[in-house]
Parts: sequence; C-alpha cells; structure tokens
Amino acid sequence: MHVVTFTRSTPDTAARLTVDADGCVSQGDAAMVVNPWDEYSLEESIAQAEDQGGTATAVAIGPEVHEEALRQALAMGANAALRIDDPALAGADSIGWATVAAATVRRLDDVDLVIFGKEAVDVGSDQHQIQTARLLGWPFIGAVSRILELETGAGSMRVERSLEHGKQVLTCRLPAVISVLKDINEPRYPSFMGIRRASRASIPVWSLADLEITLPQALTMEMKLEEPPQRLAEAELLPGTPAEQAAALIARLEKEQVL
Amino acid sequence: MSAVFVWVETVAGAVVPLSQEALGAGAALTAELQVPLVALVFGENAAAVASDLAADEALVCEDETLTGLRLEPCAALLAKLVRERQPHAVLAPGTIRGRELLAFSAADVGASLQTEAGDIVLQSDGTLQVERPVYAGKLTLTASGSSGSAQFLCLRARAFPPAAPRVDADTPVTRVEPVLGKNDIATKIVEVTSSAGEVSLGDAATIVSGGRGMSANPAQPPPDAPDSAIWKAQHGFEHTLTPLAIELGAAIGASRAAVDAGYIDYAHQVGQTGKVVSPDLYIACGISGAIQHQAGMRSSKTIVAINRDPEAPIFRLAHYGLVGDLYEIVPALTAALRARSGAG
Ligand SMILES: Cc1cc2nc3c(=O)[nH]c(=O)nc-3n(C[C@H](O)[C@H](O)[C@H](O)COP(=O)(O)OP(=O)(O)OC[C@H]3O[C@@H](n4cnc5c(N)ncnc54)[C@H](O)[C@@H]3O)c2cc1C
Ligand SMILES: Nc1ncnc2c1ncn2[C@@H]1O[C@H](COP(=O)(O)O)[C@@H](O)[C@H]1O
Repeated sequence: MHVVTFTRSTPDTAARLTVDADGCVSQGDAAMVVNPWDEYSLEESIAQAEDQGGTATAVAIGPEVHEEALRQALAMGANAALRIDDPALAGADSIGWATVAAATVRRLDDVDLVIFGKEAVDVGSDQHQIQTARLLGWPFIGAVSRILELETGAGSMRVERSLEHGKQVLTCRLPAVISVLKDINEPRYPSFMGIRRASRASIPVWSLADLEITLPQALTMEMKLEEPPQRLAEAELLPGTPAEQAAALIARLEKEQVL
Repeated sequence: MSAVFVWVETVAGAVVPLSQEALGAGAALTAELQVPLVALVFGENAAAVASDLAADEALVCEDETLTGLRLEPCAALLAKLVRERQPHAVLAPGTIRGRELLAFSAADVGASLQTEAGDIVLQSDGTLQVERPVYAGKLTLTASGSSGSAQFLCLRARAFPPAAPRVDADTPVTRVEPVLGKNDIATKIVEVTSSAGEVSLGDAATIVSGGRGMSANPAQPPPDAPDSAIWKAQHGFEHTLTPLAIELGAAIGASRAAVDAGYIDYAHQVGQTGKVVSPDLYIACGISGAIQHQAGMRSSKTIVAINRDPEAPIFRLAHYGLVGDLYEIVPALTAALRARSGAG
C-alpha cells in the first residue's frame, strides 16, 4: 500500500507581513512552518500506512524552502520525501501545478491513495487537490472527516465527509484522492529520533524533465498583492451594569439596522 | 450566443441561500455583458426549483446519478454544457461542493478558476478581475482569468447581494441528459445525515461565538461529571449562548481553543483552520481574538466582543466592546432582546 501526501511550507501564521512596491511579500524573520492544514493529512497518511504495513511518501513542489515541510513529514514518520523543483514552476497556475502533481503520482509506484490538506494558508486556493485528481482520472472526495475502511486489496474505501449542511458516507474505488479536515485526527509530535533521522535525510529533487512533462499555458494572471484598508476606529466600549451594557448595545445595533 | 452560467446548489432539493447570491452576482454580470443568465440545477427536485429562479433559462438534470450532487457526474455534465454553449463565465457559490465542481470541470475544459472571489470587475478585454483575501486576510490578491477561455468563479460567501426573488418566475426549463452512466462513477453515497434544520455558519446573518472563556461558568457540575471545565463550558454553550443565538436567529461559532478543549464540535470552529464567515453581526464571547481567529471572522460587518479582559486583542477589531463577565452580560442581553421582541 502506498499513500502519497502533498505538502509545503507556509509562513508562521502569526507573522507580520509587508508587501513592497513590486508586490513581493516579506515576513521579516518569522519562521516557515508546515502548512497547518497539512498536519492532519500527514498524520493520516502516516497512520494509514502504518496500519496497513505500507509506505507513506510526502511530496513538495517548489523551491528549497518547502524542505521544512518535508523534514517535518519525515520526523513524524513518513517513509520517504521528494521535492519537485524547476525554474518553469514559477509561472504555473493551478492546472500547471496539478499537471506536475499528477505526473509525480504516476511516476511513483502503485499509489493507492493521495491525501491533501484543505488548503495552503498563505495563497492557497483550495483547488490544486481537486484538479490533481481530475488529471489523474481518479475520484476525489473532499472535506473527509473519517476514513472508515480502507481495503487496498479489494481496491475500495469508505469515508465520511462533512459538508455545510450535514455529513455523507461514501464508498469509493481506489486509487483515489481525498482532502481531509482538522477533525480527522490528532497529529502526533515528532519523536526525538524522528527529528534526528529527518535532519540527516537527503531528499531527492526531480525536475520537470525527470517527469517528462511540460507545463500548459497558465490561464490565471495574478496582478497585485496589497494590504487591505485597515479599520481605524477602536471598539466603542459600552459601560455600566450588564443590563445597561445590553441596552446600550441593542440601541446601537438598532441604529445600524443590524437588528 | 454566449451566456453566464450559474450553478445552483441545492440540499435535499432546496436551493441553498448562497446560490441566490451567485444568481445575484450573475445578474449584475449579465447586465454588463448583455448576455443571458443560465442557471444549472442538478439532482433531486431540480425542475421544480428551477422554474422559480431569477434566470433567463434553466438547464436541468434530475437523473438519479445526480442525487446528492456527487462530484463526478455533476462535473462531467457541467463540462459538457460548457463545451456546448461556450459561456463567458461560470459562477458557483463558494461552498465545498461549488469549489469541487468548478475545479474538477475547469480542469476538463481548460478554464481558469478563481476561488473566494469577491468584487468582480469586467475588464475591456472581457476578462474578469476578482479580489480575494490571502495570508489569513492579512493581504488581498487581485487576479484575473484570460480571455479566450471560460472563466470559472467560486464566490466568497455573503459578498454579493442575493437575487431578488421572482414570484411565478416561470423560468424556461430545458432538460439535459447526464453524461456518465451509473457504472462509470467510482463513488457511491451510502448514508446522509442532514443538519439542514440548524442555521449553518456559512449562511448565517448573525453568529454568536464562544471561546475558552466559556469554562468560567458559575454553574456547578454534578459530582459524576468527568471534567468540570468541559462540563461548565458545554453547559454554557447550551444554556447561555444558545438562548441568545435563538433570540437572534444566529448560528453558534467557537474558537479553536474551545474546540480543542472538547467544549464543542469542530463543525463550529471559526478561523484559519476552521470556517471563514462573514455575517452581518458577529458576537465573540470569551474569545481573546488571536490572529488565527480573526482570519475567520474579520470581514463580519459588525463585531461585538464580550470579554472580561479590557486588554484582549479582540477589542482592537470589534466595533462594540462589553467588558465584563460573559455569564452576566449574555443573559442580560438575551433578556433585553426577549423583552424587545415581546414588546415589538
Ligand atoms: C496554525 C494555527 C491555526 C489556528 N487556527 C485557529 C482557528 O481556526 N480558530 C481559532 O479560534 N484559533 C485558531 N488558532 C488558535 C489561536 O492562536 C488561539 O489560541 C485561540 O483562538 C484562542 O482561543 P480563545 O480566544 O477562546 O482562548 P484564549 O486566548 O484563552 O481567550 C479566552 C478569553 O476569554 C476571556 N474570558 C475568560 N473568562 C471570561 C468570562 N467569564 N467572561 C468574559 N470573558 C472571559 C479571557 O479574558 C480571554 O480573553 C490557531 C493557532 C495556530 C497556531
Ligand atoms: N507547492 C506545493 N507543494 C506541495 N503541496 C502543495 C503545494 N501547494 C499546495 N499544496 C498542498 O495542496 C493542498 C491544497 O492547497 P491549495 O490548493 O494551494 O490551497 C494543501 O494541502 C497544500 O499543502
């Protein structure tokens, strides 16, 4: 059994950001961390691989900064890590990205399941995983909150997903692609041994030539990145006893026609 | 003849509120482009709801493979309709299903897709420029599709005025055939649990949220309660926050701290690793206002914070601050609202 997860590094979510005139984002000396949504996909892939005596591989697409996420994956217990890097990636949009991801999955051996996190917390758009599935021609199930059964022998699984208005249980043929939410598991902390092993591991890097692909023309143009207008006013504090505070609030909300 | 497609999501055969916003956004766009607005409705009860939609035409498929709006048959059908009619743009609500559907079929037809789109601007070359929050709302990204291919947009929730309802709209309905047969589909829905009765976070005009402060409940846990903080917080969500939410017709939200401590289910979590919401009114109770929480509720129109710590960061974001014990203020607020609705 072979499970693959895609992951990358994102700026620490508390980082203060600045944008320069060219639209380049800088996060000062804030750290890069594994994309928070991916802690759950990494945990799930490692746990499923352990359960089935299989292999979990973590893949990052992009420059060296994403090794941070891969080392975290290895420290948690992923069996292998791989990075795809190529100058041509700089101009890729989501279809381009998915083309690379799908080619990588095809290149890896006998993949049964690909697990993604929900989205990348920086500029993620929550579509890479879906388009990867489409380009592979595999089914996709998003917002998975539980893998109820995974039978790689029979080539099927049963999962529960959480939608806005309730839950669904689905069965699905393998191989398949899923994305998971935070409630699927509690990610483990990497062990000391795990961290040591991960820091020593050498992580192979493949180029687009290794994958024998070229990228399709990008269809999305990113035009500018800026800070949204800040709200200037501080909160109006409503004093008094709880009853007075309540009355003052209701009066204000009525005036604003929120009530 | 080009058009703008709007995919109308239904749950158990009823149109979800965010679909009306998509129709509203579609109406604005078709007025500018001078093209028809075509609603796409799939699944159970599609024809019945379609004839009431504010659209020039509705394409409807009620084939049983589309029941529950499974992704593969819906996406295959959407891709076929896009190829046949070459719409200028395809809009969908930014729900889980909306995003999956548009991403899947955009890959099929070679279309660009912008998610979390707000503020659509039609440019002279026909491309649609949209804004979306990135980096947890700390920055705004402006992006556009390219001309010459369909542009797919998933809309940010509560960012567009809903379509005005049409009574007896009699929208012309065209039935279309499914693309995939039963056996071509790799997934099967085997069980559905609906929470359609509750107000959902994404649609809610008002949200009342509780944080770690919920455990400061003065109520006394029974001797057999395994964990007194959890019992107090759960009791508080049920007996203090819920009555306020009912009075306001609000959905219940929570901070991650409250979810991780086991006070309330993850489905209620607001924030970077939960749901992003944008109600007219957001009332944060016992929530400090960490940056990751703000990421999920910053765009709420009016924000009220109830917190006993006047230094809590939430007061730098809120419009109105009530400093004090939530277990005194929330019941007072509920009582005052009740008296008001009784009098009104
Ligand atoms: C990667 C990452 C992702 C995250 N994602 C999220 C997310 O999606 N959503 C989220 O919310 N957080 C998220 N967090 C966590 C976030 O950083 C905070 O830890 C969390 O929001 C704090 O929750 P809180 O405000 O309920 O608790 P606290 O910060 O402990 O605040 C509790 C507040 O309650 C007040 N209080 C206590 N008792 C009372 C009382 N009786 N009456 C009135 N006020 C009272 C206190 O003054 C305090 O301000 C994330 C963190 C990380 C690192
Ligand atoms: N460059 C990348 N390399 C590996 N994984 C990625 C990359 N970009 C996005 N992902 C993962 O894909 C999922 C969806 O991301 P996105 O579509 O960018 O929101 C998340 O789990 C991301 O961590």
